[in-house]
Amino acid sequence: MFDLALIWGLLIALAVLIYVILDGFDLGIGILFPLIKGEQNRDVMMNSVAPVWDGNETWLVLGGGGLFAVFPLAYSVILTSLYAPLIAMLLALIFRGVAFEFRFKDARHKPLWDLAFAGGSILATFCQGVVLGAFIQGIEVQDRAYAGGWFDWLTPFSLFTGFALVVGYALLGAGWLVMKTEGPLQARVYDLMTGLAAGLVFCIGIVSLWTPLLNAEIAGRWFSWPGLLYLSPVPILVLVSALGLYRAIRQRREVLPFVLSLGLFVLSYAGLGLSLYPNIVPPDVTLWQAAAPDKTLGFMLVGAAILLPLILGYTSYAYWVFRGKVRPGDGYH
Amino acid sequence: MSDFFDATVLARAQFAFTVAFHIVFPSFTIGLASYLVVLEGLWLAKKQDVYLRLYKYWSKIFALSFGMGVVSGIVMSYQFGTNWGPFSDMTGPVLGPLLGYEVLTAFFLEAGFLGVMLFGMNRVGPKLHFFSTLMVGVGTLFSAFWILSANSWMQTPQGFAIENGQFVPVDWWLIVFNPSFPYRLVHMVLAAYLTTAFVVAAVGAYHLLKDKQNKAAQIMFSMAMWMALLVAPLQLVAGDLHGLNTLEHQPAKVAAMEGHWETRRGAPLVLFGLPDMAAEVTHFEVAIPKLGSLILTHEWDGEVQGLKDWPPEDRPNAAIVFWSFRIMVGLGLLMILVGGLSLFMRWRGRLYDQPWFLRLALVMGPSGFVAVLAGWFTTEVGRQPYLVYGLLRTSDGVSPIDALAVGTSLAAFAVVYFVVFGAGIYYLLRLMRQPPRADEPGPQGDAPLRAAGIASVPPPRPAE
Ligand code: HDD
Ligand code: HEM
Ligand code: HEM
Repeated sequence: MFDLALIWGLLIALAVLIYVILDGFDLGIGILFPLIKGEQNRDVMMNSVAPVWDGNETWLVLGGGGLFAVFPLAYSVILTSLYAPLIAMLLALIFRGVAFEFRFKDARHKPLWDLAFAGGSILATFCQGVVLGAFIQGIEVQDRAYAGGWFDWLTPFSLFTGFALVVGYALLGAGWLVMKTEGPLQARVYDLMTGLAAGLVFCIGIVSLWTPLLNAEIAGRWFSWPGLLYLSPVPILVLVSALGLYRAIRQRREVLPFVLSLGLFVLSYAGLGLSLYPNIVPPDVTLWQAAAPDKTLGFMLVGAAILLPLILGYTSYAYWVFRGKVRPGDGYH
Repeated sequence: MSDFFDATVLARAQFAFTVAFHIVFPSFTIGLASYLVVLEGLWLAKKQDVYLRLYKYWSKIFALSFGMGVVSGIVMSYQFGTNWGPFSDMTGPVLGPLLGYEVLTAFFLEAGFLGVMLFGMNRVGPKLHFFSTLMVGVGTLFSAFWILSANSWMQTPQGFAIENGQFVPVDWWLIVFNPSFPYRLVHMVLAAYLTTAFVVAAVGAYHLLKDKQNKAAQIMFSMAMWMALLVAPLQLVAGDLHGLNTLEHQPAKVAAMEGHWETRRGAPLVLFGLPDMAAEVTHFEVAIPKLGSLILTHEWDGEVQGLKDWPPEDRPNAAIVFWSFRIMVGLGLLMILVGGLSLFMRWRGRLYDQPWFLRLALVMGPSGFVAVLAGWFTTEVGRQPYLVYGLLRTSDGVSPIDALAVGTSLAAFAVVYFVVFGAGIYYLLRLMRQPPRADEPGPQGDAPLRAAGIASVPPPRPAE
């Protein structure tokens, strides 16, 4: 028989990765807002994601809704334990989400909605990073309920992962803008990108060293033989991508910087997955302990198998419709 | 009320507050999405410019409302876990997939085609554009389907077993099509259509009051009035059937709706009164003898249960349920009246220039929202004290979070919602105050509409 819990673990991981990549670049646009001046530039930046941001954010809903369906225990415990950063993230997402509409509806208060867009994007990203850090640290569970304190999530490590994610999403946003814009705006983004790339690589390094210090089991996995051998491709590929990214930016390539930035994200994500597997609530609730009964997993899997390819199909179509450079005056007023 | 600040009460208040804000937007976007499909379809079929103008006019309003619906909805889908952890763990295997299917069949569909619908008129041909509008409309209906199935299962659960304290699915068909679901789905979709119809009518009336020759305003007003005429009476029938279904599965809720305390034959229909939970009576009752039994059992002498049949701790709050139910039904009857009057005005040829009637329609603009909220309060408060009716008590489903955390987040939600959605509603009203113009800018701005001529498919922008 299929191991449905494992399949679902992989699918949820995939949904979250897709979310991180897609909403990553569009939150990144908001993070870059304060660094790029000029109303017209900001219009272009926003219009480059306006037709797709809602679809991007839907992957977050799938991550949450999917977890509720297939790993209800994980959904219940993780969301309860990370109450404060999650609520803050939701509120921040409200501000940045409505800014897409409000900004163009109210010329007088445009600076205000710029602030809502930038502030919302930065706060939402930071909270997601904190959530990630707190998740890696581990969540205390007893009798199927959260057993820790209300501020367990707040540690130097989780604050650092929050910061790291802000840098990372900003890099993705910059990569996206390089593809979608031209002229002075694009030049400005290139300038920012080198620093962001260096910053992200630095952060990846710190998190990679810090994580094993938090958790002996993860340390054992990475720093023992033959584990080290099997896992070594991940850090090596990170280095190769980082160097490639540096060159691509120097050579003013248009698509490659985005692709390589995505590469860095995918590799870090894979490294994380390899550290945590098979736990869905670290340190000790496994996929199988948290899984809903097979009847639920099977019912959802049928739908996912049919619908996910369709979704990927029409989502790609939407991206294709809006391909090419965004120019001032395009889109939404 | 001694435990007013306990975490359960606050979590309930937070849920009620956020869901009440959320439902306002779907009630409007579900109806408006369908209306836009009709408008664009009419434009493609009749090739009259005025329909395109109306389409563009309403699609700006739609975009704004939809955006607010999305962000308030994302909050809902996380709130089950943050505030209702044990409930999520226990019901996840049953309810989770229903919400999961909502995401897969509805949310992605809406979001995927929304971009093309709002920004793509210059980039895809009219047929593909119409298809996108259609997909957004269908998406909103799929969304209603799944979320109402989930809610209905909590009202009338079936098709499950209980293992290790978890609800586990036994028969998916029985779960999805649980007894109250068909009624709730029909009633809610009709409610969304009515809500939209009365908003559209109010906007039309507002502009007709200023200029009765305004062709676009005439068309929207006339379409909305046909909708009211046909759908409002249907809603009465659907609501009546829904109530009979509730009587079968949740008689305590019906007793609260009717303000009945004693079980008796030939029960009266209480029109007004003040149900008093402590004294177990309805004060200042104004009632019509026997009519209650007739409506509920379709017999003059049918037996109707009263709230005293249940121990006090198992009763819903009768005062809220009693009054919210009356507000909804009262507004429903008013809607029927307006629909009927419109037919009379039409027959007299005065539909567009009878000021008092136009003003009446203007005042009725928000009636759908009020009725929807009142309806949901009837349904949800009437389900108390249970989350899953008869099986899982509300107090057993709440997360072990302290009151301070919930109180703080509730306050934060209140502030943010009033500021953000307050601004949004102000912008909506500002859009509605402008009359539809001959050169109506579309949601994609003042750029000349290259797809305006039906046949010409514009060349897509070259990719670089
Ligand atoms: C009768 C219909 C209906 C009802 C009862 C609800 N919703 Fe809703 N929801 C919609 C109809 C809808 C919609 C029509 O599909 C939305 C409304 C705004 C929007 O404009 O799409 C939407 C949006 C929406 C979104 C954002 C989707 C996106 O990313 O595009 C989420 C996550 C939810 N809802 C979740 C919920 C939850 C958890 C509810 C219950 C407590 C709920 N909704 C009640
Ligand atoms: C959009 C449709 C819905 C509306 C308008 C709505 C409305 C409400 C209201 C007004 C309350 C407060 C009742 C009270 O505190 O006495 C409530 C409570 C609640 N509802 Fe719903 N509800 C909806 C759908 C759902 C769905 C689909 C679910 C679950 C799948 C759900 C789960 C709950 C829970 C967990 C509570 C909190 C406990 C409680 O106070 O009753 N609701 N809802
Ligand atoms: C005209 C007479 C009407 C009758 C007899 C009626 C009847 C009912 C009943 C009995 C319920 C509660 C069902 C339950 O909880 O089990 C209900 C709920 C509700 N009603 Fe009405 N209703 C009427 C009009 C309206 C109108 C005009 C609207 C809105 C435009 C509306 C919107 C709702 C909503 C949103 C709910 C909650 C969802 C649900 O349970 O279906 N109703 N209605």
